[in-house]
Amino acid sequence: MSNVLLYIQHDNGKVLKGTLCALTAARELRTSWNGSDIVAIALGPGAQVAAQEMLKFGVSRVRYSVDPLFEKYRSEPYARAIALAARELGASTVVGLASSSGKDVLPRVAVLLDAAQASDIIGVNGDGSLKRPMYAGNIIAEVEVLSPSRVVTVRATAFAPASTEGGGSECSELALSGDPELREQPRFGEVLGYEISKGDRPELADASIVVSGGRALGSAESFEKVMFPLADALGAAVGASRAAVDSGYAPNDWQVGQTGKVVAPNLYVAVGISGAIQHLAGMKDSKVIVAINKDPDAPIFEIADYALVADLFAVAPELTEKVRGLRG
Amino acid sequence: MLGMKILVPVKRVPDWQIKLKLLSDGSGIQTDGIKWILNTFDEIAVEEAIRLKEKGVVTEIVLVSIGPEDVRARLEYALAMGADSAILVKHDGPADSDLASRVIAEVFKKGDYSMILLGKQAIDSDSNQTAQLVAGRLNLPQACFASKVVVESGCATVTREVDGGLETIKVPMPCVVSTDLRLNEPRYAALPNLMKAKKKPFEVVSLDSLGVSPEVKVRVRTLTTPGARKAGRKVGSVQELIDALQNEAKVL
Repeated sequence: MSNVLLYIQHDNGKVLKGTLCALTAARELRTSWNGSDIVAIALGPGAQVAAQEMLKFGVSRVRYSVDPLFEKYRSEPYARAIALAARELGASTVVGLASSSGKDVLPRVAVLLDAAQASDIIGVNGDGSLKRPMYAGNIIAEVEVLSPSRVVTVRATAFAPASTEGGGSECSELALSGDPELREQPRFGEVLGYEISKGDRPELADASIVVSGGRALGSAESFEKVMFPLADALGAAVGASRAAVDSGYAPNDWQVGQTGKVVAPNLYVAVGISGAIQHLAGMKDSKVIVAINKDPDAPIFEIADYALVADLFAVAPELTEKVRGLRG
Repeated sequence: MLGMKILVPVKRVPDWQIKLKLLSDGSGIQTDGIKWILNTFDEIAVEEAIRLKEKGVVTEIVLVSIGPEDVRARLEYALAMGADSAILVKHDGPADSDLASRVIAEVFKKGDYSMILLGKQAIDSDSNQTAQLVAGRLNLPQACFASKVVVESGCATVTREVDGGLETIKVPMPCVVSTDLRLNEPRYAALPNLMKAKKKPFEVVSLDSLGVSPEVKVRVRTLTTPGARKAGRKVGSVQELIDALQNEAKVL
């Protein structure tokens, strides 16, 4: 049992970029932990398409299931199916993206495999130890995994997306009969509904430019009026500080920070964000950071590459106009 | 209807507002004299349990924590908020989420609990995994990252904070629920309640008595502080910013 199983996260068959980042981590883990093959599992609507796609990335054997059991994501049947695939494909290591569903399901897989769980890793050392952030990213821990079975979730921003490489050959349906308890799922409840805050803008997690607004925006209306045009001029995703989310200016899944999303775009523009530690934890690995704040002592300026001390209501619209001019 | 008992596991963590110092060999953080708090997300769990009790849904709130004797003070704080009793599982050695999940599972089995309600992540180790491990271990339904919890007729309807928005699920009890930030704003424990909390039932037990072995599956080897970003510079105008982003940083 020394293969590495990648949990393929996808959106109706479209493989998430973060899954390719997790694959890079899986390749590094295979090297450091002397694994043999990388194998994979995809579940839910479009799983077959996603599974086939992964054959191009050097994944030797892929299993998928589009059984109605997996129509909507639920942790229990997903965990059982991933564990089943790990057993069938001889994997002692399971790797997946630390998205909200990855974080939700993979520790359950760890229990089913009697494995150690290491979450949100940002590096793999040659000796097999792992790097992961603690204390809102103020401390990096090197951890040793002491169990022969291991489940790992991966912070996408810390690994480049994997490139294609040949080698994949086998893609087939997962035989669910391997786990009779999978069919007992009604006792685990049901999904009643979703409230999706999707727009036309890029996904926060993958965007190459992110503009984030803070409490200084003052209201949901000004957040929208100032931040949306700036985001659209730059082709950016919109993020928010926890203070802005708490004040109801922006939905929670836009929250950038320790307990929200971690982003590392090429350009991060913080508008009216003071820079609390827990916000910095979510964006300080961005390539270039711009901060706009009228308080010259705002902590955000300590990590910004370009600091504009000014009233955001004056300069943010000007920035929007000038960027439009450039791209016009 | 019989009373509904709820188990709230809590962790004490260093106050997020203090600047942490590492031990010289990097084996841990300096804990002498530092201020400890109840993990932010666990405090939200305690608050939610109290609100469920105030609504008449929950009849008894039991806290559990794992750690050395001085964790008692944090448990007393949660008792002062309004929990009914506390169990301290004394353990002085290293712990990980796996050990915590085994302890919580054993405590759960010894009581007649309808729900385990805890924070989605501890703000020291930042893993976000203990609730899921507990649910898996007990083979219970889980509802993680909750921003709303409604309990009725043997089920919990939970709104979850997920990538892309909100998801609402309905799970039968007993179940495991982990709390996200927007679930509620915890109350402060009033001073008179802090005094009264010392008289609430408080049980100290050992790992041994629970039949839980102390080994861990993940060991922290060393801690380091990440390199700081190098200081940037001030720009005087929007035009100067645009020039810098185009010509210097080359990101526009």
